[in-house]
Amino acid sequence: MNRKQKRLSIIAAGAIFLAGAAALVMSALSDQIVFFSSPTDIHTKAVSPNTRIRLGGLVEEGTVERGEGADVTFAVTDTNDSVKVTYNGILPDLFREGQGVVAEGIYDPSSQIFTADTILAKHDENYMPKEVADALKAQGVWQEGEEAMGKAAAN
Amino acid sequence: MITELGHYALILALATALVQSLVPLIGAQRGDAGMMAVGPMAANISFVLVAFSFLTLTYAYVISDFSLLNVVENSHSMKPMIYKITGVWGNHEGSMLLWVLILVIFSTLVATFGRNLPDTLRANVLSVQAWITVAFLLFILLTSNPFIRLSNAPAEGNDLNPILQDLGLAIHPPLLYLGYVGFSISFSFAAAALIEGRLDAAWARWVRPWTLVAWTFLTAGIAMGSYWAYYELGWGGWWFWDPVENASFMPWLAGTALLHSALVMEKREALKVWTVLLSILTFSFSLLGTFLVRSGVLTSVHAFATDPTRGVFILGILALFIGGAFTLFGLRAGALRTGGLFAPISREGALVLNNLFLTTATATVFVGTLYPLLLEATTGTKISVGAPFFNLTFGPLMIPLMIAVPFGPLLAWKRGDLMGATQRLYAAIGISLVVGLVIMALTSDEPVLAAAGMALGVFVILGALTDIVQRAGIGRLPASTAWARFKGLPRSAFGTAFAHAGLGVTMIGVVAASVYSTEHVSAMRAGDTVDAGGYTVRFDGITDVQGPNYTAKSAAFIVSKGGAEVARVASAKRFYPARQMPTTEAGILTFGASQLYIALGDFQSNGTLVVRVWWKSWVTFIWYGTVLMMIGGALSLSDRRLRIGAPRKAARPAKQAEAVA
Repeated sequence: MNRKQKRLSIIAAGAIFLAGAAALVMSALSDQIVFFSSPTDIHTKAVSPNTRIRLGGLVEEGTVERGEGADVTFAVTDTNDSVKVTYNGILPDLFREGQGVVAEGIYDPSSQIFTADTILAKHDENYMPKEVADALKAQGVWQEGEEAMGKAAAN
Repeated sequence: MITELGHYALILALATALVQSLVPLIGAQRGDAGMMAVGPMAANISFVLVAFSFLTLTYAYVISDFSLLNVVENSHSMKPMIYKITGVWGNHEGSMLLWVLILVIFSTLVATFGRNLPDTLRANVLSVQAWITVAFLLFILLTSNPFIRLSNAPAEGNDLNPILQDLGLAIHPPLLYLGYVGFSISFSFAAAALIEGRLDAAWARWVRPWTLVAWTFLTAGIAMGSYWAYYELGWGGWWFWDPVENASFMPWLAGTALLHSALVMEKREALKVWTVLLSILTFSFSLLGTFLVRSGVLTSVHAFATDPTRGVFILGILALFIGGAFTLFGLRAGALRTGGLFAPISREGALVLNNLFLTTATATVFVGTLYPLLLEATTGTKISVGAPFFNLTFGPLMIPLMIAVPFGPLLAWKRGDLMGATQRLYAAIGISLVVGLVIMALTSDEPVLAAAGMALGVFVILGALTDIVQRAGIGRLPASTAWARFKGLPRSAFGTAFAHAGLGVTMIGVVAASVYSTEHVSAMRAGDTVDAGGYTVRFDGITDVQGPNYTAKSAAFIVSKGGAEVARVASAKRFYPARQMPTTEAGILTFGASQLYIALGDFQSNGTLVVRVWWKSWVTFIWYGTVLMMIGGALSLSDRRLRIGAPRKAARPAKQAEAVA
């Protein structure tokens, strides 16, 4: 092979790689991304029972109930609407009533219960998960002044 | 007063950097030795000034000077001294100052150890370094000044975020920045080469040690961050594909590719243009990481929009440097002569393959990290891209790369013999297949893919050993000859073997910890037991603990095997009153390569305590592997041919190359 053919073959190999990677990325993006919903979204938009979603809002005051073992149920509210969530496991340190939370899992429209397998509350007391903050702002509940600039933990 | 001096020193550093950014560059254009000599001098002065400034800020933290806003926001008089000091970079302003401090340290190192660089190259490199210094000093002084005073000093500070009060995290940012910022050197070398329009193997020989230094520190920083997240967050996870983690992983991937392509350039004068491009790309990813972490864009797109000063400023720096470098590249790359030819099956070919995989993998991480931000900024749709995405994209790219790793070093330069390499790998292939089959038989209810992954890890380790064994002729030559050859092998050969074996070890850890670990969550009373990994964990009750700036509830656990007590471990929940914030202090016991990991949940109303007990199979291999990689980096760096500053010898081929060019 001469220099030109060599360069062409390297470029061709690179293009094949990129095409393959692009295909991987596209298929993963269409299947593996998780959309964020507020409690209002869940009730107004049809959510298919087998898709994973992220539900975000505030933990409604007075709704946290602990069951057998590590079972826990609570309601997530955006002050307009609320959704009942069940979860088995250890709650994050910053999980508190009245605080922001993001639950990831599956919503069953027939029983109207959200079964979470992951509960996120970021490890910074100032930090409201950004989806929650935005959703609350949309509801007009969130005051600008309260917004502490979350500090990206010195990473 | 002292802090005012620190502030002033920072402004002087900016002025010095401005001089350094222009005078040596012009000197190099005109061939004026006097002007070029300004470069090293200015670099050393900048270093002294920024270091002084950093020390004054540290001093303010040590004496808890609450008239400084930055100290009030991030420190507390009761905080242990070590965290007062590390608190200096546990916040935005201080960490940016650390960033610049490391940048000027690297500049002064180039000035000191680069005495035998061609004068014009050194002058240009130092000028490019100074451009970066100017940009980030301006950023600090205009948007993130740590020296802002308060007119009414409060009596007490807000304390440092408790999860940052940890030794692991204390040394994580400096290590990470040594890596991130270290890549600025390869960037400056690339820009300087483009400015001069000259690029030869000697250039690669100078760039490679700097890249190695940066890569080794970045590896350490990422590994440290990962271990910190593992034990401090109490989730038992060691990698979350979080954007902040990806921000440091992208420069690592690109930097790894750069190390390999610079090797080809150094040995064979091929891949020149590509190496320059990678140098620019790698530092671009460092800048992108700085932007992601420091602009607040990850925390809240909204916060970014309401207070855009910092974000827009870094975005400006990003656009200026990346755009500028690529423009320069576009203008000059055509003028660079391309080098040696090679067959597809050759050492060069293998390294090209490595580069294709690594850069493509970087691209997938890039898309997964930025796509959600972009989508939200443009359409408002909020999505999260998590581990499943990366497992499906990054994973498939890594598997063929891992298969190829052992073959690379066994192929000859220019034209290799794939059959021959395979034959030499027969033993490695055979043993790893047997290991895979045994694991498959032992763990029949676990996925077959996991056993394959373990076998692949073993193959990579044995492949690295094979290279050393083959080169020394162990088993083929008489023992004494083999020993002599073994001792005579260049350090870089051992460096390669260590780094590649480390990759295999980490892979084994990742696969085993992901697949073979077990998790038990239960509500326990004192006296209750849980079985995990063949051990019995008994909950022995709770005690209250008073720390210097926290209170804690500490649960004692007794671990036994076959009825006999093996160890005791405490797992605690701390509460830091200054920030009204709880943290989890997991109880971790190491058994061989595996760990028992105990984290506390909530106290139930019926008097039980929710406890999560993990058996983390082989999890320590993840970090042992990274330690091997770092040793590999250090060994390669100590290779005589690469020693920084040493190459009087290297200077001669450079002159020859100059003559030829």
